[in-house]
Amino acid sequence: MNAELPVLKAADFASDQDVRWCPGCGDYSILAQMKKVLAQTGASQENTVFISGIGCSSRFPYYMNTYGMHSIHGRAPAFASGLKSTRPELDVWVITGDGDALSIGGNHFMHIIRRNMDVNIVLFNNAIYGLTKGQYSPTSKQGAVTKSTPRGSIDFPLNPLSIAIAAEATFVARSIDTNIKHLVKTLTRASEHKGTSLIEVYQNCNIFNDGIWDYAKGKDTKDKSTVVLEHGQPLVFDGGSKGIRLNGFAPEIVDVVDDDHEGLLVHDEKSPSNQLAFLLSRMRHPEFPEPIGVFRAVERATYDDQINDQVDDARAEQQEGDLTKLFNSGDTWTVE
Amino acid sequence: MTTVTDQFLPPQKPSEAVSGVTVRLAGDSGDGMQLLGTQLTNTSALAGNDVATFPDFPAEIRAPVGTRAGVSGFQVQFSAEQIFTPGDGVDALVVMNPAALVTNIGDLKKSGILIINSDSFGPKDLKLAKLDTNPLEDGTIEPYRSIKVSMSKMTLAAVEETGLSTKFAGRCKNFFAMGLVFWLYGRDVEPTLRFIEKKFSKKPEVAEANRRALKAGWNYGETTEDFASTYQVPKAELTPGTYRNVMGNQALAWGLVAASKLSKKELFLGSYPITPASDILHELSKHKNFGVRTFQAEDEIAAICSAIGAAFGGAMALTTSSGPGIALKGEGLGLALMLELPMLIVDVQRGGPSTGLPTKTEQSDLMMMMYGRNGESPLPIIAARSPSDCFMTAIEAWRVAVKFMTPVIIMSDGYIANGAEPWRIPDVSELPEIKVTHPAGAVEGEEFLPYSRNEDLARPWAVPGTPGLMHRVGGLEKQDGTGNVSYDPDNHQKMVQTRAEKVARVADFVDPIEVEGSDSGTLLISWGGTYGACHTAMKQAVAEGVSVGHVHCRWVSPFPANLGDVIAKYDRVLVAELNSGQLLTLLKSTYLVDAKGLNKVKGKPFQVSEVVDALKAISK
Ligand code: SF4
Repeated sequence: MNAELPVLKAADFASDQDVRWCPGCGDYSILAQMKKVLAQTGASQENTVFISGIGCSSRFPYYMNTYGMHSIHGRAPAFASGLKSTRPELDVWVITGDGDALSIGGNHFMHIIRRNMDVNIVLFNNAIYGLTKGQYSPTSKQGAVTKSTPRGSIDFPLNPLSIAIAAEATFVARSIDTNIKHLVKTLTRASEHKGTSLIEVYQNCNIFNDGIWDYAKGKDTKDKSTVVLEHGQPLVFDGGSKGIRLNGFAPEIVDVVDDDHEGLLVHDEKSPSNQLAFLLSRMRHPEFPEPIGVFRAVERATYDDQINDQVDDARAEQQEGDLTKLFNSGDTWTVE
Repeated sequence: MTTVTDQFLPPQKPSEAVSGVTVRLAGDSGDGMQLLGTQLTNTSALAGNDVATFPDFPAEIRAPVGTRAGVSGFQVQFSAEQIFTPGDGVDALVVMNPAALVTNIGDLKKSGILIINSDSFGPKDLKLAKLDTNPLEDGTIEPYRSIKVSMSKMTLAAVEETGLSTKFAGRCKNFFAMGLVFWLYGRDVEPTLRFIEKKFSKKPEVAEANRRALKAGWNYGETTEDFASTYQVPKAELTPGTYRNVMGNQALAWGLVAASKLSKKELFLGSYPITPASDILHELSKHKNFGVRTFQAEDEIAAICSAIGAAFGGAMALTTSSGPGIALKGEGLGLALMLELPMLIVDVQRGGPSTGLPTKTEQSDLMMMMYGRNGESPLPIIAARSPSDCFMTAIEAWRVAVKFMTPVIIMSDGYIANGAEPWRIPDVSELPEIKVTHPAGAVEGEEFLPYSRNEDLARPWAVPGTPGLMHRVGGLEKQDGTGNVSYDPDNHQKMVQTRAEKVARVADFVDPIEVEGSDSGTLLISWGGTYGACHTAMKQAVAEGVSVGHVHCRWVSPFPANLGDVIAKYDRVLVAELNSGQLLTLLKSTYLVDAKGLNKVKGKPFQVSEVVDALKAISK
């Protein structure tokens, strides 16, 4: 943050384009929180780039007064990788959805994460294809009745966080479109992380898949069906009345009496092993409360730093490249 | 252990002067034929000959030993005259086993010399080559001057003192063959001795064994009665200058590095390994001190998309591939042209369709490069004509890309990618400067229009990090000027036409096409890697009294501005290409000309004689 620069407000990050999502779509809230986070973290308009694929969520860059690219289906991580490798000083955000990131773009999703490219990926998970009007997606539950699955989906769903963790992600988090405070906090954490950060946001598509995340949002249900992760804190939920503990390798729900947290699973987002994060990602509704917050936040060298370090090292060791020297390397002969 | 380095006595036998020789070396993939060929090429070039090569190897890394599928060949022509092809008929064929003999003997001239490693013609070797009779005895080799050499045994004897195991000692036999061939053509062994020294610096015993094998082969030539004389190929008359040998992929990589320097842009390559393009990735990855960044992507799609991302950020971005990979990049290419960002797409063609013939050459991707994208999506396409020409092709492509703000396709092929020829090293100060400009920031009182255009119809290349020029690009149709999403019918038509017009204008910027040979009669039209065969054929036909002119399309999209006028001057038009008539179709539809095609899809380049025959036939 540079103190001399004029302080930008959230509104300064809005472009002049009309937002065209369906009224009531969860995307609106994510857009609003993103602008807030950029303003609060002192981001600049010109050094911020949003890159998206295809889908409802991927219209996002058009609405931001930053640099942006609405690319092709599933490939946003690849565009971001090329940009970040050559312009590591830029703040690069990838905006994607469940179909974009996990179906057509599954390969790129996995590879940007394992390379630990320093970009932030926000995955809007609405468990449906919205823009193409309602086909099931890779995160739709088995049995989901959609336009393309009149007798119910037979595909087994993917879990984006489990995939990311298995692909050696250094930052993995989950938040919810309408949980404004939590979303702001989570996006802020992601923006501060050096390396690939993945934030899965439960996003409501009120047109084609309305209410699928209600259990995690509803006033009466959310305490029972989510558990908020805090680094170094035991996993307790349902107003402090329940907790998670490990029974061998498996989590189980136990009653918490008199705030006695003895024996409960304590969250450690910095654990060098990704096993805890993976275990947490496997806790699904309705058997378990679903964890919300930062699952994993560890440090590892980023790809963009390393590719640029190699160039710097080569220049230091071999001196700046010289064409004449290059062309004359090896055997040459002269014709008079 | 004494070393043999200084004991190569010059040939004592009489020597016969010849103007040029075509030698083919053929053996098993593991026999080191490519290495032998490369050494012969280098030493011939250093001797002042003009050289052209044609390596021909199987797609399998280690095809079963001794089988026909595993035969690896390397053809080199070295000449006292300027040459443009690796030669039609072979003057000297070296075969290391029966499979190599039967698959190559058809190309040996009747007057040619056949040098055979006679130690590898046992029953097992014949069985591996699926032969019922021994070609050394069944009359196969009768028409030729064949020389049977006990190479394996003599190599073992020569390297015995070094203490290498029989297995490793046997591997030195390519150096024995090399020694013999070097002796036969009076080639200097020094460059090869230097090569051995460097390559095996960590294994001095192997270096010594190879030196001994080389020496044994050389001495064998001198002592055997099979050779009465050696052959001398005098120096070629080449344009004065300093020369080196280059292979096509290497020259292309160097041209790209040069273009990046000339435009003061750091180079970013997004690529996925594929034959025969991978060597460009390998070569570029060595030049990090030029600011080159290479990104080995997870797939072909990510390769082009990463390059587009880098281009958006202001880098000199490119992706390299071959047919199957380019097919996967189609959607990315469409986006790149929609974004109107400068970048390069390199297609080193191979035999298709599908996986096709990975290590063989073909020119069958032209239509894919022209039209293989959804929607109206024209792009400029330049094709290299020879290994050394790849250098200037890369520079020219990048000049066009940045001037017109467009992706540019560079086409090469397996033949020129792996072929080698002498290259006159350019004076760096004479290379064209490549001007690139980026708008520096917002102009007071003016709205920034990312899709406004200059006189070349190029839009401004405003890169992230520039204050005040924030804008969004994407694959949805753009509103003229603002670049905002637009579904307006008239706007769409205008944008489609503008993008096409921009590509068309490249024709006025690049050089007009030049006619070589006669200015009436038959016009021979070629593009890409067939230049050498076509140029040589035209010269031969003219020498034989046939009226033939030749034009070679360096740019195949757009066509050179004067091509239509040139075509109109001739009575007949022959379009020679290594496909079923792709350029022919384009020329017919563009110029309504009744052209005929000379087409070949055998995974092999044209023989000069094939083109000459076709020229004669059509000119009758
Ligand atoms: S279809 Fe669904 S996801 Fe798409 S904009 Fe409408 S509500 Fe949002």
